[in-house]
Amino acid sequence: MAERAPLWTVFVLPVLLVIVALVAAGFDAVLSAGARSGRSASLREAAVRASWPGREALRHLVQQPRRTRASDVPLTRIGTALLPVAAILAGVVLPLGFRSVSDLPEGIVWFNAMESLAWAAVWLAGWGPNSALSLIGGYRFLAQGLAYELPHMLAITTAALGAESLRVGEVVDAQAGLWFAVWMPVAFGIYLLSAMAMAFWGPFDQPAGRDVAGGAVAELSGADRVLFLGGRWLLLVVASAFSVPLFLGGGHGPLLPGWTWTVLKTAAVLTVLVWGRRKVPALRMERYVELAWVVLTPLAIVQALVVAVVVVNR
Amino acid sequence: MGVAVFWVLAVLAVVSGTMVFRFDSMARATFSLLTSLLSVGGLVVLLGLDYLGVVIVLMMTIEMAIMAVFMVMYMMNPAGLMPMTMMHNKKGAAVVCALVFALLATGILLAPWPARRGKAPTDPTMDLGMSLMGPQMLTMMTLGMALFATIVATVVLATRRGRYDRLGDDLRARHADDPVRGGIGR
Repeated sequence: MAERAPLWTVFVLPVLLVIVALVAAGFDAVLSAGARSGRSASLREAAVRASWPGREALRHLVQQPRRTRASDVPLTRIGTALLPVAAILAGVVLPLGFRSVSDLPEGIVWFNAMESLAWAAVWLAGWGPNSALSLIGGYRFLAQGLAYELPHMLAITTAALGAESLRVGEVVDAQAGLWFAVWMPVAFGIYLLSAMAMAFWGPFDQPAGRDVAGGAVAELSGADRVLFLGGRWLLLVVASAFSVPLFLGGGHGPLLPGWTWTVLKTAAVLTVLVWGRRKVPALRMERYVELAWVVLTPLAIVQALVVAVVVVNR
Repeated sequence: MGVAVFWVLAVLAVVSGTMVFRFDSMARATFSLLTSLLSVGGLVVLLGLDYLGVVIVLMMTIEMAIMAVFMVMYMMNPAGLMPMTMMHNKKGAAVVCALVFALLATGILLAPWPARRGKAPTDPTMDLGMSLMGPQMLTMMTLGMALFATIVATVVLATRRGRYDRLGDDLRARHADDPVRGGIGR
């Protein structure tokens, strides 16, 4: 069982998550710039490229914010602020090594509940500005989100089932010998896919995609935009970091201390998700949604059944 | 601390519940109702039923988000972008809600609550589930499946394109004729 970390970690957690999100966004910016104009010639150039997300955030903060006609300002504000807040609240149950800010007895449900708050946040941010394109973006996320959420939930539940506990610390303990990713690979794969989708990242970024002029994000400017897009990165970081305690053995590993293993594994998963986005062509969402309902959901149920049979016979 | 949290959540729940009838926008009404339900989730956590509280937060968020879509979808003005009120019997609904609230509150205040005997259980969720369901668990599971089957059947009956549209008059078409090609190789 994970130990409870001291109280000051409550304040360190958001800072830590923001730093990781900035590093991941910087990595993505380096890859983007590399794809546009070739590899960076020097380390200096690479550093300049990596600092792009930070500079872009500052630019938005000093920019004159735009306001649409008859927009619902309170709802937009709530939506944009809720996204990073939900991501950080979900991060509360993430163990660094074997310590988490709060190892709730039902941490896995908590994580999922916070993810669903992020879901509502996207709809609010899309609805608020009173603009057709952002409204479509918000709607799309809810409609597609249902198809993402079900396999996602089942994959998370499978890990909880394997450990016979909803406590994240106990899920980590159950993987001292064998990682869950090894004997429930389907659940792990589905988790990674749907974690990307829940953070509307990669091939799943239609809600904020270019085909609807930025979708849910279209009308956001200034601090709202920074909060929302930053919140999306936070969500991606938290969702990929959660795959480590769920499926990759958390802090378990030889030689190095627990927290190093958590950091290394999280970095590996994040790298795969950020780098992998460039290797996958854009998906037509109605195709993926059908795949999610017709193939992934039954697969996730079968995987849960296999795990349940193993657990009962143990 | 616990008392302070209780009052904050309780007031928030009642106020945002009342605001559902005051807002002139479907989105605001929906999310005001969500705020109320989330506060109730917090109150359930405060009672020591952590699991139930967190599940309330999870289910209600998803439920309200989907409800927002449906409500706005079925409104008279396009996509619900214009301000509007709920047309159907707003006053009556508000009166019924106020009466039920008053009735429940009186019940809570007047009921002779028993004093605690023994110690609080280690897993209150388990105990609550056992006392609510107990031996009827199988009944509940069956009921759940029946409800789910009903939902699926209703949707199947309600869709405009039935199986004969998709698979031909004798249901022997090799490929379903869907307006949108699916993602599993069709």
